[in-house]
Amino acid sequence: MGGVTVAVVQFGGSNCDRDAVRALRQLGVDAERVWHADGLPDDADGIVLPGGFSYGDYLRAGAMAARAPVMEEVRAAADEGIPVIGICNGAQIGSESGLTPGAFTTNASARFQCEPVHLRVERADTPWTAAYDEGDVIEVPIAHGEGRFEIGEDAHTDLVADDRVLFRYCDADGNVTDAANPNGSTDNVAGVLGERETVAVLMPHPERATLPDLGRSTDGAGILTAFA
Amino acid sequence: MTAYTATVTVRLKRGVLDPEAETTQQALERLGFELDGLRSADRFEVDLDAADADEAAARADEMAERLLANPTIHDYDVAVTER
Repeated sequence: MGGVTVAVVQFGGSNCDRDAVRALRQLGVDAERVWHADGLPDDADGIVLPGGFSYGDYLRAGAMAARAPVMEEVRAAADEGIPVIGICNGAQIGSESGLTPGAFTTNASARFQCEPVHLRVERADTPWTAAYDEGDVIEVPIAHGEGRFEIGEDAHTDLVADDRVLFRYCDADGNVTDAANPNGSTDNVAGVLGERETVAVLMPHPERATLPDLGRSTDGAGILTAFA
Repeated sequence: MTAYTATVTVRLKRGVLDPEAETTQQALERLGFELDGLRSADRFEVDLDAADADEAAARADEMAERLLANPTIHDYDVAVTER
């Protein structure tokens, strides 16, 4: 599908928007940055909410961007089945806007953490994980201060029952342990699905693990190939 | 219409980890204070005109629901005074 145009929505304070565009182009996906106030282009066949510090993380990370008018368009597109992924700050925006369940809040360490982590692929039957097998372990970096996934007890039960956990933090062998949980996330959750499997958010950065020249892992490319 | 200040206090639900409060408590202890616990909260003071206190409270409540608090992790309360 060479004609797919992915809109990478840039808010004031986004800073991974260029990285996302570049990673997508590396995969042969036509992607462009879209300033939030300009609205979504009519031909957007996919949407990325990129990482960064939109609106300085005022109030809560993602809280302001989640209430920007463009998010109504994103919600409408998501309801039509257009793939939407929120990465890092984009994940916080996604959860703040109700696109996905739960909340991302201050790391248990109370520190900003920038480090490679391992993720276990919990579902391989979604567009985001079709490149993997269930149980695969991938290495992707995190870079966040507010990435601890929190969700009420009942909502967590529903989340698991509905099989909406997409990735969990794990060790290099795929064991989901407290030691491999970088930020104190409930149930080691690193990424979740929305009501549709075409909507997902995750705190780690697949776009930083896509370009071969960038670092030691290209494991994140499989996530972004959902748009290819 | 009457002028009111609605004070919205947003705090983490009981049981939700508060790493910033823990760090703050540790800093107080390093300063030599003895304390059994510390919780932090955000307080918003909203000035608004309303027909009566109930209306002012209802509007502040909706502000909390839609923006000031995140219901997944927060509880909040609203107090209204004339200003």
